[in-house]
Parts: sequence; C-alpha cells; structure tokens
Amino acid sequence: MKIIVPVKRVIDYNVKARVKPDGSGVDLQNVKMSINPFDEIAVEEAVRLKEKGQATEVIVVSVGPAAAQETLRAALAIGADRAILVDPGREGDIEPLAVAKVLAAVVRAEAPGLVIAGKQAIDNDLGATAQMLAGLLGWPQATFASEVVIEGERVRVTREVDGGLQILSVALPAVISADLRLNEPRYASLPSIMKAKKKPLETRTAADLGVDAAPRLRTLRVAEPAARKAGIRVGSVAELVTKLKDEAGVI
Amino acid sequence: MGVLLVADVNGAALGRDATARALSALAGLGDVDVLVAGDGVAAAAAEAAALQGVSKVLVADDPAYARQLAEPVADLLAVLATGYSHVAAPATASAQNILPRLAGMLDVMVLTNVIQVVDADTFARPIYAGNAVETVKSTDAVKIFTLRTAKFTAAGAGGGAEVVPVPVAAKASASSAWVEDRIAVSERPELTAAKIVVSGGRALGSKENFALIEGLADKLGAAVGASRAAVDSGFAPNDWQVGQTGKNVAPDLYVAVGISGAIQHLAGMKDSKIIVAINKDEEAPIFKVADYGLVADLFEAVPEMTGAL
Repeated sequence: MKIIVPVKRVIDYNVKARVKPDGSGVDLQNVKMSINPFDEIAVEEAVRLKEKGQATEVIVVSVGPAAAQETLRAALAIGADRAILVDPGREGDIEPLAVAKVLAAVVRAEAPGLVIAGKQAIDNDLGATAQMLAGLLGWPQATFASEVVIEGERVRVTREVDGGLQILSVALPAVISADLRLNEPRYASLPSIMKAKKKPLETRTAADLGVDAAPRLRTLRVAEPAARKAGIRVGSVAELVTKLKDEAGVI
Repeated sequence: MGVLLVADVNGAALGRDATARALSALAGLGDVDVLVAGDGVAAAAAEAAALQGVSKVLVADDPAYARQLAEPVADLLAVLATGYSHVAAPATASAQNILPRLAGMLDVMVLTNVIQVVDADTFARPIYAGNAVETVKSTDAVKIFTLRTAKFTAAGAGGGAEVVPVPVAAKASASSAWVEDRIAVSERPELTAAKIVVSGGRALGSKENFALIEGLADKLGAAVGASRAAVDSGFAPNDWQVGQTGKNVAPDLYVAVGISGAIQHLAGMKDSKIIVAINKDEEAPIFKVADYGLVADLFEAVPEMTGAL
C-alpha cells in the first residue's frame, strides 16, 4: 500500500507573524520557513506504518513555489521515499480547494491506499484540505487523528473531538488528518538528511494535472488583531480577588 | 435564497448555546433555516424551532446521522445546499469535519472560524494563530463557512418556527463505521460557553496537581482549560486544550495558571474580557495580555485564592 502525504511550506512555528504595513498580507520576507508541524506529524506516521511493514512506499507532495523543495527534502529526511512538487502556476497562498484538486489528480495517478494530511496549516489556519480531498474523491475520512491502526482492509482511527475522543473504523482507501498527539516526529539524522538529497523529486505543474489553481477568495485586507491594553500587576492573592470583585466585577 | 444553519447536535441533544450564538452571527443575511440532523432528535428540533430568528427547522431524524459522521451528513447537505446562498455552522470539531468535505463535493472554497460576517460575500477570520485577521470576499455561488461563536450573544427563546422533515432519504455510509465515543461527562460548564475559565499549564507538573485548577474552577463555577504543553504532558485531557489548534474561548474571566503564554495559546483566549495570569516567571509573555498579573508560586497562590472565594 502506498501512502501519500501532502506537505506545506509555512512560516516557522516559533516565528510571530507580522502584518505588512499596507494591509495586503503577512510579511514573509526574510522569515524562517519550515514544514507545517501537522504535516511533519503526518509524514512521521506514514513512515512508521512503512517501518511496521503496513505500507510499501511513502510519497510526499507539495503544491507551492520552488522553495518548497526544501520542505519536501525535510519530509524525505524523516523517511519518505519520493517527492512530487507541483507548481501551482501562481504566487502566494494556494487555497485548500486547489490543493485538494491537485492531490486528487495525484491520487488518481498513484492509487495510494491512504492519504495522511496535517489537520491544518499554521499559516491560513483553515483546516480543510484533508476533508475537501475526501469529498472530491468520495473516500471516507477520519480527521483529527491521535491514533491510527491498520486492520486489514480498514483503518481504525481515534479522533480528538469536542468532549473527548471518538473511534471510527473506515474502509481503505481513506483520508486521515493528523492531530498534534498522533506521534512525536523524529529528528532527522545527518545521514538521513544526506540520503534525502538523493531521493527522487519529480516536478509537475497544476496545469499538467488539469487543475485550475485560481483562487475563489479575494483578500480585501489583512489587519493586526485588536490589541489588548496593558494591565497591572497585583501584589497578592487578596488584592487580586478584591480587584476582580470590585474593579472588574467578574466574580 | 437564505441561509442554512447546521445546528450543533451532541448525541440527540441540541447544542443550544453554539447554535443560538451562530444565529446572532448570521443576522442580516436573510431567512435562516436550521438543520437538525441526528437520531431521535425530535426534541432537539423543537428546541431549535423556539429560538428567535429561525425561519424553519429541517429535521433529518435517522440512525445514519446518529454519530454525525462526515460522509452521510455531507451527502445530505450537498442535496440541501442547492436551495441556499449560505451554509453555515458553529465551528465545532464536528462542523470542521463535515463542512470542508461538503465544500469539496460542491467545488466551493470553505471558510472556517469566521469571526465576522461583513456582508453576504465578505467574511473576517483569524490567520497565523490569531496574529492577523483577514477579510476576504468569496466569489463562490454558495458560501460555506463555520463560525467562531464565542463573541456573539446567544439568540433568545420565544420563536415558533415550523419543523419539517428533510425531503432527502438517509443513506448510511458504507465505508465509515462508528466504533466508540470516549466522552468525559462533566458537571462543569462547557468550555466554549463558560463565563469563567480557569486554565492550567505545564507548571502544574502532574495530572494530580491539576486538581488545584479544578478546585479553583469549581469554586468559581468555571470551566477548566489547559495549555497544549499540559495536554501533551498528559496532565489534562485533549478536549481541554485552549489555543490555535484547540478550543477558542472568550469568557468574561480567563484565569491562566502556570501558563507561559505561547502565541498558539494566546490565539485561543485573547478575546476574553478579563485575563488573569498567575505565574512565577515575571517575564512570561502571558503577562503582556493579562489585565491582572500576579507573580507568585501557583502552588501557594491557587489554594489561597480558592480559600478566599
């Protein structure tokens, strides 16, 4: 069984995003970029399934600029076997609908048994690609996964939902989205980073795959969120309780 | 054309608070029909029909919808959506699961976690862990979106909308089967609807010590939250997590105990009316957003505060 894992190049998890003064977007010039953390978890899970003998090949796919090659190499260093970089033919953030259509085209060509995606990208925070792909393919989905167990022709997935956990059993092929606690991705060793440089990386275009990546949304503006006014320090618990009662009136 | 609001349904019960708040967020977009899908949801449908601002309740009462699985509910919505200009739902885990699937099926770009409906085509939503807010205009024929409801006032009761069954035959999913729910039953208020939230971080040090947070919460009639670090360390269950990838809360009072204040945590709580931070590290970023900051050892301050209330 092949597993496809989509990966996205995003602002690094530890970098605070700054809004551009003209309100056109977030400033990504000279900002550290990394693999989306949820995608890294998805890659790790796919590689673990391969190491357990439950998958034969892990293919990572990114829809984005040439610089996303680095992101794909990072996924190959975790243990994915090969990579496909799809040039969307346009600049900027590619909407999940277009990404899902590219992935659907790749899925039709590669016929994987499983797609494991990150549950959301930490830039646009939409959290939609996995479900959109499942909808486009008519495949079952198991989102927000914290445990994945292959059981023959099915996969048993524990999902993080409101109020606790839900366990589903879905037939393969299926789409899974990875939540934070699915696993802890390994640190790629130097030898695996070196090895990743030699793994195959194929380049395609969205147009080749018959996908129009034109956006459906037009960004009117991007603004800083309303700032909170600076508060005060209190010296003791007694003072805090008094302030909350008399000044804030919240207890 | 009107709006189809997908009600929050838990088991057979209406998630009344989230649904009523979503109704307020949608005011101004036209008539709102509410879909109540589930198994044995007649009472939930009647409760939804009594909410102010509901034009009609569509009820899909069938075992196929019992667990809110994405496949049958999205199939149902794909048929119903053709009659509406907007399909919306409160941004629960369930809606975040179902609506993007629906959007994929209908070739529509979904918008999640909308915080403001500006007009019929224009929506605002946070991006980059809440460090920016984007306002976008959709060119799709049907707008499909989930709403962060915490900042909206719940619509009141007193309405009397008619309840009609959906004209669509239910079809159970052949490929997706529910196995088990492990849902904690709690007497405490629901995290996203609570007026007061007390949250604990990694500084609590253990699951046992989290009882300190729970004790303070119970004294205040509050819900309990946690930072990602505390959940990852196993001190608190996953559904308590507040932040970019967890719950989004905006209570009247948010008490952050032993939480440093990573941007991912702030994303989930900085719309709270009053924020209190208790932390022994006076440099902790949480103090930058706190209205009242107390630099103290939580193991002394929290029991003292619980005792003082």
